Amino acid sequence: MSLFKRTQIAPLEYTRRLWMRAWIAATLFFLYAPLLVLIAFSFNDSKRNIVWRGFTFKYYGKVLENDGLMAALGNSLTIAALATAFSIVLGTLAAVMLWRFRFPFKAGVEGTMALPIVVPEICMGVAMLVFFAKLDWPTDLPWPLNLSAITIAHITFCFPFVAMVVRARLAGFNKEQEEAAKDLGATEWQAFRDVLLPHMKPGIIAGALLAFTLSLDDFVITFFTSGPNTITFPVKVYSMVRFSVTPEVNAASAILIFLTILLTTVALKLQDFTKATA
Amino acid sequence: MQDWKQHKATFASIAVSPVLWLVAFFIVPLAVVWLYSFGRNVGLTEIDISGTFSNYGRALEPLYLEIFGKSVAVAALTTLICLIIGFPIALAITFAQPKWRPWMLLAIMLPFWTNLLIRTYALITVLRTEGYVNKSLGWFWEGASSLKVMVGMAPLSTWEPLPLLYNNFAVILGLVYVHLPFMVLPLYAALDRLDRSLIEASLDLGAGHFRTLTQIVAPLAAPGIISGVIITFVPALGAYLTPDLMGGPDSQMIANVIERQFKRANDWPFGAALSFLLMYATFILIALQTLRNRSAERRS
Repeated sequence: MSLFKRTQIAPLEYTRRLWMRAWIAATLFFLYAPLLVLIAFSFNDSKRNIVWRGFTFKYYGKVLENDGLMAALGNSLTIAALATAFSIVLGTLAAVMLWRFRFPFKAGVEGTMALPIVVPEICMGVAMLVFFAKLDWPTDLPWPLNLSAITIAHITFCFPFVAMVVRARLAGFNKEQEEAAKDLGATEWQAFRDVLLPHMKPGIIAGALLAFTLSLDDFVITFFTSGPNTITFPVKVYSMVRFSVTPEVNAASAILIFLTILLTTVALKLQDFTKATA
Repeated sequence: MQDWKQHKATFASIAVSPVLWLVAFFIVPLAVVWLYSFGRNVGLTEIDISGTFSNYGRALEPLYLEIFGKSVAVAALTTLICLIIGFPIALAITFAQPKWRPWMLLAIMLPFWTNLLIRTYALITVLRTEGYVNKSLGWFWEGASSLKVMVGMAPLSTWEPLPLLYNNFAVILGLVYVHLPFMVLPLYAALDRLDRSLIEASLDLGAGHFRTLTQIVAPLAAPGIISGVIITFVPALGAYLTPDLMGGPDSQMIANVIERQFKRANDWPFGAALSFLLMYATFILIALQTLRNRSAERRS
């Protein structure tokens, strides 16, 4: 351990203390070990899923052949893409509205806009269930229209997040830039498109990735809005998990974990990229 | 900031769609649930909104009060454990070398971005009777047993796997597993703003590390600790998936009872009343937090 003992530990270098390192290591083990075991055993050639019996892609093949699961994944990705597109527009407009204007009941509107973020998921799921039942929302529409109820619910809880992120970005905007554009003859729309929008872009991208991940991950609210023909990936995995622990569920879960890691990496890379170009 | 009256057309074109969406697909659904909570079932799908408070009265029956109390206790214990685990972690990130800080934050955040259901499932796979926790413990048990035989003592009785799943212990463990990042991030944000010379002064003047933590760091980081506690407590209180998948018959939390009213028992008015009670509890906590922050801002 001579590597760590080159200099004396300063009083505030808590991170270099042994007990602290042990604590961090234990916590990371607690956080990661179950996920790593899950991923490792998705490659295990054993039905009972405990003893290592050799490497295989068999269960990934089974997942790809499982029509129900693949349809659910397709539904999830479609819903996430639609919800992200709508959330970007609604969230950006909401952010600009709150950032730019003074209007009556502004604090109330601002508070209400944050509500979908804080309301317990179960309450929101119940509200959506009751709402669509009350409206007699048609459930037998052709794909992808049959996903409309879930998509609407997802947009409702995603766009306030986009609004929050974009608004934080707008706080650093120099309003004189927009005024200069207008002085030089730009119309309201041109100033928005050519000055404000480029400034908001990193916020919008971050918000979009957040919305996509939130939509892809959501279980509780979807559980209350999905019907027998509109199963999403998490809802399908839930019904499989309730049934038993199998390598196939491991493989399906691992696919979603890889997808999340990929999205997160893209998000981080994009942020670095926008920082470098800003 | 522009006044909306001077730019009515621009304001309208920007505000109309988000506000309408929020009203149509958020306020109205919640309002319908709120109205249902004052109704009663007539027939299979008909609900008569009669203005009765009987649903709220039923929620105060000992059975449901007990579940409410239990949910609060479970959420509180989860929050406390998260605080105990998370505080040293936040402290370590704060005082780590700058080049390590983003990586340590990422390490805490990455599981948080993984699907909640999958994290719960991963925990189930390691905790079940044939899972790794029980297998390792069994292995140690056998090792200890053969060691005893070697020194000439009677072997231990055969290993019985511990019941690590489908009980209250599993629910709390699962909630801690899922909510830990919620606690670490606000704590880190608060500790990062701390004036380090105060800690150094305390250490220089002879206080030990523990005394410095309890008497200097904790009071100064109190706003961050409180927001961490609320951010962890609120979702833990309304948790559905963890008690559903990892709990036993006696570890139902309030969200599970709500779900049952809507999906199986088909008593929507009662479920509506329960979900509004949960929502009021959430709002009160968040309002308290907001008020605290405002008064703190005014003071500084």
